[in-house]
Amino acid sequence: MSETQAGTGAATAAPALPPVPAIELDGVVKEYVARGETVQAVRGVSLSIAEGEFFSLLGPSGCGKTTTMRMIAGFEEPTRGGVRLHGQDVTGVPPNKRDVNMVFQSYALFPHMDVWENVAFGLRRKKVPEAEIRRRVGEMLEIVDLTGREKRRPREMSGGQQQRVALARALVNNPRALLLDEPLGALDLKLRQAMQIELKRIQREVGITFVYVTHDQSEALTMSDRIAVMNDGLVEQLAGPREIYERPATAFVAGFIGTSNLLNGAVERIAGGFAVLPLGEHGRVLVEAAGHSPGDAVAVTVRPEKITISTEEPAGDVSAVRGTVSEVVYLGTYNSYAVKLGDVAEMTVFQQNAHDSTTTAERGDSVWLSWQPQHSYAIGS
Amino acid sequence: MRRLTPYLLVLPGGLWLLVFLVVPMVFMASVSTQEGDVVNGFVQTFHFATYGEVLAQYQTQFLRSVGYGLAGTVISILIAYPVAYWIAFKGGSRKATYLLLVLLPFFVSFVLRTVSWKFLLADDGIVLGPLKSAGLVGEDFHLLQTTAAVIGGLVYNYLPFMVLPIYVALERVNPTVIEAARDLYAPRAVAFAKIVLPLSLPGVFAGVLMTFVPMTSDYVNAAILGGPENTMIGNIIQTEYLVNNDYPVGAALSFTLMAAMLIGIFAYARALGTENVLEAAAR
Ligand SMILES: Nc1ncnc2c1ncn2[C@@H]1O[C@H](COP(=O)(O)OP(=O)(O)OP(=O)(O)O)[C@@H](O)[C@H]1O
Ligand SMILES: [Mg+2]
Repeated sequence: MSETQAGTGAATAAPALPPVPAIELDGVVKEYVARGETVQAVRGVSLSIAEGEFFSLLGPSGCGKTTTMRMIAGFEEPTRGGVRLHGQDVTGVPPNKRDVNMVFQSYALFPHMDVWENVAFGLRRKKVPEAEIRRRVGEMLEIVDLTGREKRRPREMSGGQQQRVALARALVNNPRALLLDEPLGALDLKLRQAMQIELKRIQREVGITFVYVTHDQSEALTMSDRIAVMNDGLVEQLAGPREIYERPATAFVAGFIGTSNLLNGAVERIAGGFAVLPLGEHGRVLVEAAGHSPGDAVAVTVRPEKITISTEEPAGDVSAVRGTVSEVVYLGTYNSYAVKLGDVAEMTVFQQNAHDSTTTAERGDSVWLSWQPQHSYAIGS
Repeated sequence: MRRLTPYLLVLPGGLWLLVFLVVPMVFMASVSTQEGDVVNGFVQTFHFATYGEVLAQYQTQFLRSVGYGLAGTVISILIAYPVAYWIAFKGGSRKATYLLLVLLPFFVSFVLRTVSWKFLLADDGIVLGPLKSAGLVGEDFHLLQTTAAVIGGLVYNYLPFMVLPIYVALERVNPTVIEAARDLYAPRAVAFAKIVLPLSLPGVFAGVLMTFVPMTSDYVNAAILGGPENTMIGNIIQTEYLVNNDYPVGAALSFTLMAAMLIGIFAYARALGTENVLEAAAR
């Protein structure tokens, strides 16, 4: 009832209003009481996930990803704050009445039912006519490539097959959003990569909102439209993969996403559109001037693959620091160098092995490292 | 040597069964077809007619025992399932304590427990006494020497054998599987009926075996809590062996009871075998 009303209301005001987000969290806090102690698993998360978006929650173990997901699915109620699904407040609505489905980390397949009955479970509960159940389950099993295995029990299948049953069991219901809690966590690397591509394809095909929980940063970066990086119950940064990778907003994000170098310094002066941070005898770092003024203490990040190694001091408006190579590791397509700037920092540098298999520098060499100012960012800490 | 290992492992148990079960059974089987009396001794005459005679004479007690066993088993399921469910899913960190409480009556002798029920249920006992003086039940209302008292005693004495296997089965149900059902539009009751109940049926199945058999062949409850109208087949066997010293009749009764129960259990396992039940519940 109220849904139709909300729908017509939105339709009359259509040009002015942005589309209703699929999922909205509003200052959500979740506290658990464990052995008389109150633990804040989620400490105030607000976010809005658009219809059809592939949205990832990324963060280390224990940061509150699963708890956030369980509040969306309805297995936990927020201690404070609200959850809205398609514009409707779902406080107190049990999981079976929420139009979202979950793929559990451990799959949670029904052990006493065969593949077919597992996938048909949700449709049977919704009293879908038998003929339609037969058609939809058949189609779904085809999508996840399990046709011919309908009569198998979960324990008679491999991990990857069970994973696909779990996916099919949720997707067959055409939920308005699919919640996936580390769905590939139990698979080996090869299968994992294959399933990542598969998941992305299925998401494009069915076009429904995916909320994807993972602690694997490369998985999040390759699959997501947007990523919320979580730490200790809070969202540290919410942005697209490229921005998260290139412009980490906090030291935590910089450290968690890929390998990153962190240099601490103070702005000495603003010159030619750049803020200059001298590192004494180790050279200097340039960052874009916007938002900085002389005297500011800042932390600067730069990705290892953005750095060039040379023996001569580089010229021009670039960041240039000097150090001693302390380690060279051959890693197939590239080499990884560790370069010590005295006791100021140790930098990691990746150099492609494209044209030349000889290393640019050897252990103990004194070298210059340089990178474009736009490749380093001053971050809050 | 490797291939022999499994057999060596069952050797002690196998020997035990041979000496203390198979040998006495063969001996009793032979006794059941003998004729004679204690004073002059028994001789083997292959007198199978004893079986027909005992069946005809004690048919009522046979049927009554099976009836009491069935009733006691059903009541036990109804009481034990919620208890086991509560301990398995709501017991938290105190599960072990609650299980110990379930087993606590076993620390008191079987006979003593049953006798204490006799005091509880007596006409002027602590249950009926106050009720009668308050005029809530009639003066001619009895609990002792009734069918209800015997079945109640059976249930009380064998209940833990129903609780434990059901608890074990429920304990093995993965809670996220229940959440998955809830997520897939099943209300609480449906999630229970479609997931928890079918997954716990092997425990109920085991519990039925572990209670129905001893309940049906029990004699202590009927002897202490029942009256002449409640005599079970176990009481008859006991009387034939220990009072009348009619060993062939006692043995024939025992074997008839055993055969009846084996057939019944076999039929039960065929009809309600866990696989069949699960197939049916999956839909
Ligand atoms: N039922 C609970 N009772 C008490 N504390 C809990 C409960 N569930 C979670 N927590 C705590 O809340 C925090 C967040 O847990 P959560 O499961 O959301 O982490 P996560 O990000 O999913 O981690 P992982 O990657 O390991 O799955 C943890 O510190 C955890 O110990
Ligand atoms: Mg988790």
